Amino acid sequence: MEQAMEQNGILAAAYLAAGVLFILSLGGLSSPESSRRGNWFGIAGMAIAITATFFHSGVSACGYWTLTAMIVIGGAIGAFVAARIAMTAMPQLVAGFHSFVGLAAVLVGINSYMESAGLSGAARAVHETEVFLGVFIGAVTFTGSVTAFGKLQALIRSKPLLLPGRHLINAAMALAAIYCGYRFFGVENIMAQGLPALLLMTALAFALGVHLVMSIGGADMPVVVSMLNSYSGWAAAATGFLLSNDLLIITGALVGSSGAILSYIMCKAMNRSLVNVIFGGFGAEEGKLSVPGAEPAGATTAAGVEEVAGMLKEARNVIVIPGYGLAVARAQHAVKEISDKLRAGGVNVRFAIHPVAGRLPGHMNVLLAEADVPYDIVFEMDEINKDFPETDVALVIGANDIVNPGALEDPASPIYGMPVLEAWKAKTTVVLKRSMASGYAGVENPLFYKSNTRMLFGDAKKSVEAILEQLDGTLLPNFLN
Amino acid sequence: MKIGIPTEIIEGEKRVALAPETLAALKKLGVEFIVEAGAGLAANFSDEAFRAAGAELCADTRVVWSADLVLKVRPPVMNPKLGVHEAGLLKEGGALIGFIYPARNKELLEKLAARKVTALAMDMIPRISRAQNMDALSSMANIAGYRAVIEAANLFGGFFTGQITAAGRVPPAKVMVIGAGVAGLAAIGAAKGLGAVVRAFDTRPEARDQVKSMGAEFLEVALKEDGTGEGGYSRVMSPEFIRAEMELFRKQAAEVDIIITTALVPGIKAPVLITREHISAMKPGSLIVDLAAEQGGNCELTEPGKVVDAGGVRIIGYTDLASRLANQASKLYGANLSNLLRYMEIQNGWNINTEDEIVRGALVSHQGAVTYPPPRPKTSPAALAPAGARAKAAPAPVKEKNFAARAAAAGVLAAAALLAAGLYAPAAFMSHFTVFILAVFVGYMVVWNVTPALHTPLMSVTNAISGIIVIGAMLQISGGFEKWPARAAALAVFLASINVFGGFLVTRRMLKMFRK
Repeated sequence: MEQAMEQNGILAAAYLAAGVLFILSLGGLSSPESSRRGNWFGIAGMAIAITATFFHSGVSACGYWTLTAMIVIGGAIGAFVAARIAMTAMPQLVAGFHSFVGLAAVLVGINSYMESAGLSGAARAVHETEVFLGVFIGAVTFTGSVTAFGKLQALIRSKPLLLPGRHLINAAMALAAIYCGYRFFGVENIMAQGLPALLLMTALAFALGVHLVMSIGGADMPVVVSMLNSYSGWAAAATGFLLSNDLLIITGALVGSSGAILSYIMCKAMNRSLVNVIFGGFGAEEGKLSVPGAEPAGATTAAGVEEVAGMLKEARNVIVIPGYGLAVARAQHAVKEISDKLRAGGVNVRFAIHPVAGRLPGHMNVLLAEADVPYDIVFEMDEINKDFPETDVALVIGANDIVNPGALEDPASPIYGMPVLEAWKAKTTVVLKRSMASGYAGVENPLFYKSNTRMLFGDAKKSVEAILEQLDGTLLPNFLN
Repeated sequence: MKIGIPTEIIEGEKRVALAPETLAALKKLGVEFIVEAGAGLAANFSDEAFRAAGAELCADTRVVWSADLVLKVRPPVMNPKLGVHEAGLLKEGGALIGFIYPARNKELLEKLAARKVTALAMDMIPRISRAQNMDALSSMANIAGYRAVIEAANLFGGFFTGQITAAGRVPPAKVMVIGAGVAGLAAIGAAKGLGAVVRAFDTRPEARDQVKSMGAEFLEVALKEDGTGEGGYSRVMSPEFIRAEMELFRKQAAEVDIIITTALVPGIKAPVLITREHISAMKPGSLIVDLAAEQGGNCELTEPGKVVDAGGVRIIGYTDLASRLANQASKLYGANLSNLLRYMEIQNGWNINTEDEIVRGALVSHQGAVTYPPPRPKTSPAALAPAGARAKAAPAPVKEKNFAARAAAAGVLAAAALLAAGLYAPAAFMSHFTVFILAVFVGYMVVWNVTPALHTPLMSVTNAISGIIVIGAMLQISGGFEKWPARAAALAVFLASINVFGGFLVTRRMLKMFRK
């Protein structure tokens, strides 16, 4: 509350400007053309907010130096990471960054509580609620993000960890946190009674964050990361409430709703609810191969590199469907070269992106952009699905569940109802796959057994490069074949 | 396991059972090959190519035939040079795969059984979806359909495609295809590709979509009758239907330049669909290609293996259309064979599982007994058709159950919560709350406008701006750093700064990559 009193006119104006710039920054992302400008708006907003706060914070000279040092060191680390990170590692980076916001929210919240002596009545109750919620959300965000980072960086097994009675464990931790709240609110001595309860609750929330994300599988990471994105926003907003800072509230709300929308989009693309994703433990129980009646009959048809290269050369319309396997194998550059070669030969090459392809919303788009694939030949599922029947070759690279015809045709399939890219409608579908292992969801993919499907087994990057080699120099413009 | 590939000795047969590239792929599974010298020459596969693929070449016919397993295209016949029947050259207890046509070759079956030969007939592979990649009849029919059009084009006196030339307009050739099976569809595709106007007729209703998908017109008689028979073939139709059909053909015969007939009903002589009367209605210079010539012909005047001139209308009765495209035909036939061998796990010394529908269907002689005809399969081919194609129920997305009710309940709850907050919360809180709710709505509107392609940059930029929490921490650093809160706040500033700088810079880096 005391900070609110200190806000003078200039600071308020700076915060208003920063808030508006942040909104413009998100608005800029509506198209790639305006997005770069949008990012500058964001940077400008942040610069204004930090500068104004810096000169307003009223710390001692020594404090200024420390503050400057913290910002410079932190900023340098951030800049270094941002410059060096591989695009395939974006999911980890985003998850890691979320954890910082979460931890910062925890620290700020506890600080604010320790300095809150002197409040009373409704104001105190409100403030304590804000602290409690802010710290709780921040703590879950922190450890949840760290766990997600570990899974994405393959430091932790990406398979869901399914402890017996895991719902009970979650419920018990939540109840214990509520009990801490009971011991926390309205105590006489903040330091002796309130703080221990708050710290205990923080520890519980840390554990809860770890456990929640541990029990979610690798392919659900797009949802988890966007959910944590949302949480980090709510944590910032809660901090804004307890500091009575409107800029924090506005920014937190923007980020929170952005993450929530992304989670919603991801869930819809998997035809599952958020609750199902978070508590479902999908792919470990119900998804095992023993799905009755889902076993597709027949054998797959393997194809050689030459055959695939030949098909691509003779095609007029090719759609490439990248999946997480592409990111794992870092094959995006080689794929781009294939698309260049074919396009130079007059083949209409396009890319089809499923919303949950990869480990982050829009992950595939970034990978393709990194490889210099022009974004006007990259299409979303809804835009391109109708074009498969006129397509000669659909090239599926490292994707599985997102091209599973069972999702549309087989009511017994665990992923029935999930919107998928209808690759099998192309004249020929070529699937690049490491082995016949089933996809993340553990569901058999009837696509592999269709008579117009050719399987090219092997590491995606090696296969793609081998195809590229075959195409090299042998490609004539279409009017010559 | 050693596999022998002898030369085909039937007059005019140019195919060979396996192409070198298919052979090379099978060799990787640990199978040895012995190929008769010159076996692939007629199909343009040199002995050198077979040797390079890893096969042993051998000039002695008898040695090649005595391999563990012999792969053939045509059924074994009398070898005039050696003066023995090819079946007699097979190793006692050996094996043979090839076209055998067991229904017309009863004597051959006896011979094979007498030598205890395990014989699989490629023409008996059940026509079910999981055996599609072994279906040599379809492969050959595909080639025959294509070649039929090429043969017709060769003898036809005009262009297929219509042209406007300086000298005047040339109308496109008109082609009628009877029977839209594999061969018929291939013929439609080839004729269409050359630019002709193509019409097709079939008694099976499901052929209509296939014909249309190939870009041809589907001809129909007024009578409704379903001609779907077993194994993808047609059945014999009622006399009324046949009368209507004949009438249709008579009309079409006067109009079209080329008729390609592909009508076969299994087990019986091919139905006669084009009579003398039809032929006399055709324009001079018109052509008929009869793909059923070997089974008696769909045309009354067809002579198998020959071109007959009937008053200016020529009838092509070649029975070796697939062999006329020997190189391609050998590759596809070999691929079918290879798929069967892999299916039977040739790498493990091959597994003759008589319980398996495909193996049992093709098996005509085994352990000294004739095993043709196979017992009737339990399920009909129609039931084996992919269920998805027929019962394609629109998949229902997760239902928004009682959405309206839930929305209303949420609204009431929200209103109640707001009212309670307004009653008890301090005024300062309410003003912040207002800002919060409005910001959520602004965020909602703005974020829905973000293009999905930029979702990752969206995440990283929101990451950066959520680093705004830095100003909260900055405000908490008051006075010195002796106290814990100030130190914690400094740590928070440090963490949030990583976020701010890292987030914006990585976003900038990413957005730079997006270009047209």
